[in-house]
Amino acid sequence: MIAELGHFALILALFVAIVQASVPLIGAARRHAGWMAVGRTCALVEFGLIALAMAALMHAYVTSDFSVANVYENSHTDKPLLYKLTGVWGNHEGSMLLWVFMLSLCAAAVAVFSDNLPPALRARVLAVQGMIGVGFLLFILFTSNPFLRLWPAPPNGRGLNPVLQDPGLAFHPPFLYLGYVGFSVAFAFAVAALIEGRVDAAWARWVRPWTLASWCALTIGIAMGSWWAYYTLGWGGWWFWDPVENASFMPWLVGTALIHSSIVVEKRDTLKSWTILLAIITFSLSLVGTFLVRSGVLTSVHAFATDPTRGTFILLLLLVAIGGSLTLYAVRAPALKGGGLFAPISREGALVLNNLLLSCGCATVFLGTLYPLFLDAVGGPKLSVGFPFFNRTFAPLMVPMVIAVGVGPMLAWKRGDLLGALQRLWVAYIATAVTLLVAFYVTYGGPVLAVLGLGLAAWLGSAVLVEFAERIRLFRLPLADSFHRAIHLPRSAYGMTIAHFGLAVSVAGFAASAFAQEAIEVLRPGESLHIAAYTLTLQKVERMPGPNYTADDASVQITRDGTQIAVVHPQRRFFPLQQQTTGETAIRTNLLADLYVALGDGDAEGNWTVRAYWKPLVPWIWIGAVIMAFGGLVSLSDRRWRVGVAARARRAPAGAMPAPGE
Amino acid sequence: MRALLLVLLLLLAPRAFAVEPSERLADPALEARARSITAELRCLVCQNESVDESGADLAHDIRVLVRDRLKAGDTNAQARQAVVDRYGQFVLLRPRVEPATYVLWFAPVALLVVGFGATVVWLRGRPASIAAPSPLDDAERTRLDAMLREDASLPAVPVPTRDSQPALAQDGEA
Repeated sequence: MIAELGHFALILALFVAIVQASVPLIGAARRHAGWMAVGRTCALVEFGLIALAMAALMHAYVTSDFSVANVYENSHTDKPLLYKLTGVWGNHEGSMLLWVFMLSLCAAAVAVFSDNLPPALRARVLAVQGMIGVGFLLFILFTSNPFLRLWPAPPNGRGLNPVLQDPGLAFHPPFLYLGYVGFSVAFAFAVAALIEGRVDAAWARWVRPWTLASWCALTIGIAMGSWWAYYTLGWGGWWFWDPVENASFMPWLVGTALIHSSIVVEKRDTLKSWTILLAIITFSLSLVGTFLVRSGVLTSVHAFATDPTRGTFILLLLLVAIGGSLTLYAVRAPALKGGGLFAPISREGALVLNNLLLSCGCATVFLGTLYPLFLDAVGGPKLSVGFPFFNRTFAPLMVPMVIAVGVGPMLAWKRGDLLGALQRLWVAYIATAVTLLVAFYVTYGGPVLAVLGLGLAAWLGSAVLVEFAERIRLFRLPLADSFHRAIHLPRSAYGMTIAHFGLAVSVAGFAASAFAQEAIEVLRPGESLHIAAYTLTLQKVERMPGPNYTADDASVQITRDGTQIAVVHPQRRFFPLQQQTTGETAIRTNLLADLYVALGDGDAEGNWTVRAYWKPLVPWIWIGAVIMAFGGLVSLSDRRWRVGVAARARRAPAGAMPAPGE
Repeated sequence: MRALLLVLLLLLAPRAFAVEPSERLADPALEARARSITAELRCLVCQNESVDESGADLAHDIRVLVRDRLKAGDTNAQARQAVVDRYGQFVLLRPRVEPATYVLWFAPVALLVVGFGATVVWLRGRPASIAAPSPLDDAERTRLDAMLREDASLPAVPVPTRDSQPALAQDGEA
């Protein structure tokens, strides 16, 4: 009954979406206020309906209603409640529902927070959101319906893949999808602007908070996925250039470019048509990413053919969405005239360089991900494109990028003084040189490229700090004045500094992961192995019951210079339902390095394979990502974005608002 | 003693993988070569794991195959070729540079060059009016002075100088 309610809500949502996609658009063309206002109502109603459908599916999972095929295939009564809930999006149908739910959430947010948008623009934005909704709802209802019933109902379900029963992965898809779908707002704004033929600073000011918010969510989502891979897979890899990972990384790269280019549109009224193109590409890549992952086309082109309806539908949807928006772009973009002029050496110029390198980086990832598919499709040899390719092509592209991030913010708008900026960065040269020397000395004989990577991180980190010091005129003015300046810096300036510093922290983590050490030994209880400065002793291995598994729980004592630091418990978990074994690693971190212990196979005589890794600075990879996302949030809290603040500030007397930096 | 030596050597190994202890070769140099090869081979039954990382039986077979070939005196290239002969090119995580992969390997560089060129052409194509504003002539200066005198009641606006540029740049953000 409740599943049918969800099913009907979804069908109703489709019809509401059709209205939302058409009526406001016509209203905007004919300047009919009532028709335009329909968009807002539709967006809110659609959100309510899809939320209802989502709740219905969650209800089916929580009550283990195995007459719903989707629940039967992916759940089990013994599963902990958390994973019953998150199991909703742990499968194709459910994750598509989560996708449209996020989409309707975004559209509802646009509807609610758009009081200061011109009605025609708002109507068009909501209409475009409606069109995307129509496409996805059709896809769900016709090819991936999560509410289909089974009769007779099986007594119990098949359960969720044990690897997915993990808190890190439970919340990875919602963040990722929030990021993907959030870019649909920028996309909708771009298409609406193309229809209107107008892009100005105000447009950029409306789009930027949405782009920033999606970018933050995507950053967290990707970091979560990578962190999950790190602690789950049992040997401490954190990025594999897997097509599924690349699918989320590409929108992130272009989205990062979009955040930066929309600054130029807002501040300097130029790069408009490029920014529109980026908004279209970012969302297109989100679409491609969602579908590549979900259609199974990545494992093999032939997986596509096993479910031809789904595959054809996906292709059609991509064709309409991407082809349609790009055609619109080709027709209307030439009308977008850029305004502000700038010299090549300027803040604008630096942001153009940022866009160029990020776009090339994204194109490289795209090529590497899809080339095997392409080659296979045209009958070429079957080959793999793995991490060695990306390390040789993508990484070199990002080195000049990271160097430039240190200098770019030091340049003035319109015409910058590169020499002056480079002179003001002298502290950063010293910091970089010292880091390089110390790192080279400490790791003598180790990988030299990684030492250079650490130097790169030191350069960026110190350059960011120098730029901040320059902004508040530290040591040039009395400290009290600098402090006063620091207080009155706009939040968006802090956001930039924090996010760029986060990048430096992550780069240090990427580089230092090359210094990792390993020790793999077969141990009996009582025996030890040595890694870095630590001694790891296997004390005992016990069998323990879990909610839906049995675990072999090892007690491994970590000592350093004879003193005990900790006892950690890596496990091997056996899930009888799926007949599958997963590893649960134990990680002891002091934030400078991780000691990573995984339990391997055991034999009848009590010998256990123990894998231990010492990974310096690796936690910084995720700490850096969190700092980056936090920078985005700080920037998002800037008073300029808040609804109505700009209008109120204009009405207030000029003296009441502290002039930034004065 | 030899085991201890091996552990010490592995401590120095720059990369970390998941091979089984029983597979390891006694000769540390040979073992290091084996790992440098298997790290760039794909496990054919896993999603996207290298032979070194994978726990699958097939990966174990390939690890042993590579080590057997190296013990028999093969060069790295010969050992790699032996794996390709048995499992196909698909096993190589680093595709070979050959006509079928020219586009793959060279497109990133080509894109960067084309993108950079397009940017330069675009920048050059615009009117270069802000490159160097011409200094005011005498007539303009007189008019400006007159204007400034008229507006003397308004608060003075600081004239941007080179020194104040960072302050002006204040407005920019992430």
